[in-house]
Amino acid sequence: MRRSVFSYPYIVWMLLFILSPMILIFYYAFTGEGGFTLQYLVSALDADNLTVLWDSIRLALYTTVICLLLGYPVALMLSRMRKATATLLSVFFIVPMWMNFLLRTYAWKVLLGAYTGILYTEAAVLLGMVYNFLPFMILPVYTILMKLDPSYIEAAGDLGANGVTTFFKVILPLSLPGIISGITMVFIPSTTTFAISQLLGGGMTMLYGDLIYMKFITEQSWSAGSALSIVLLAFVLLSMGVMRHFDKDSSGEKGGVRKW
Amino acid sequence: MVNKKARGFFRGTYLGLMLLFLYAPILILIVFSFNESKTLGNWTGFTFDWYAKLFRSSEIMDALGVTISVALISSVVSTALGTLAAIGLHSMGRRRRAVIENISQLPMVNPDLVTGISLMLLFLFLGLRDGYTRLIIAHITFNLPYVIFSVLPKLRQSSNMLYEAALDLGCTPAMALWKVIIPDILPGIVSGFILAFTLSIDDFVVSFFAGNGVDNLSMYIYASARRGVNPALSTLIFVPVVTLLLIVNIRSIREERRREIQSRKVDMK
Repeated sequence: MRRSVFSYPYIVWMLLFILSPMILIFYYAFTGEGGFTLQYLVSALDADNLTVLWDSIRLALYTTVICLLLGYPVALMLSRMRKATATLLSVFFIVPMWMNFLLRTYAWKVLLGAYTGILYTEAAVLLGMVYNFLPFMILPVYTILMKLDPSYIEAAGDLGANGVTTFFKVILPLSLPGIISGITMVFIPSTTTFAISQLLGGGMTMLYGDLIYMKFITEQSWSAGSALSIVLLAFVLLSMGVMRHFDKDSSGEKGGVRKW
Repeated sequence: MVNKKARGFFRGTYLGLMLLFLYAPILILIVFSFNESKTLGNWTGFTFDWYAKLFRSSEIMDALGVTISVALISSVVSTALGTLAAIGLHSMGRRRRAVIENISQLPMVNPDLVTGISLMLLFLFLGLRDGYTRLIIAHITFNLPYVIFSVLPKLRQSSNMLYEAALDLGCTPAMALWKVIIPDILPGIVSGFILAFTLSIDDFVVSFFAGNGVDNLSMYIYASARRGVNPALSTLIFVPVVTLLLIVNIRSIREERRREIQSRKVDMK
């Protein structure tokens, strides 16, 4: 008996519950009343829908930049601390990732509603996204910075670089792989977020996830919804491809550093 | 010296502010779960009423039961199925394996929203109505790739010879699997299981679309967000999570502290 037999139950599951649902999405997206049609894909790419896509991307970009600006210093500070303290503190930055994210988002809804006037605005959605995705930026950057050999920093100092120069010429370039995986882990889920904009945006900000929800659930138009899902999937794959490309570039650079 | 102190102060303040940002909403909910008043932000007196209500609410207790049972069942099934899949994949031809691995990555690459909707379409197509079964199938499906890709690297590290030796010594393949391969790759299986369990317990989007009438905790919170969720629920979730994570990590923290003290002693000599 060949050992590949062990994977057969999974392969059946995969064909039934991973592959065929995706085939269904493609089937609905390209099928109209008269059979095959491109009509739904074309209207998924019309100006109104692209505006919503752009809004989602814009908000995801803001989220990513803010997470990077807030999270990088945290990762850097943790990586320069005594190991025991840093491990304890990093646990506290991880805990929120383990708690029901809907409850945490709901907590912001209550707070913003009780103490501020920004609930159901774009600012509230942005706050909710930064709050939810910040740990996903801190963690990969911290992991890379922890592995960074301190002798590089000492060498830069010995060669006359001040703190700022050392940061921009040594620490930042060497942490690039962590930054890139952080960006991937923040940008992609925040483009496709659904719950945060529903809870904190209250339907006032229409993001791409809300649009897909509306087509499927409110309008019951499976073809239009499927076409939109395909556009979203294409965008996600495209951005992952771009990130991987950058990742290769930066790891090539790291190899170059090692040669010295 | 002053500079160093100022830097330490700045660092402490910054990290403190970030932690405050991450924890404030939850802690405020917990504080107000002891508040008599129904409206948040208006402290009228101490009470345990919210907790009494929490445990008496059949809706919340049902949702909690669904969340935990779905997480347990789906992570056990996906760990078993995924581990077997990884073992099979490992001994497969390169081309067949690449095709299957690529399809397997779909639930990780796909936005949750698309995974949920595609499963919803399938369930409607198949006429599968039962909400609980739908949740179980959906959770097993999105857990599987995480188990497979936790186990595969361990298989690559382990050697094939032990398995061959076991067969030569008269083991059936199933016995060799159980006695030789599984113990060898156990760390990968355990981390796959933990990953699957936590993903399942936290899921909202896939459950929301693929489910049908049976609510887990996330779906319950979403559904009752407008009329308000019992603040005591945040204590119920927060306290176990923090305790568990601290217990898990305290060992490694202690070890590091010991190592630091030892290295300092070496320095003094």
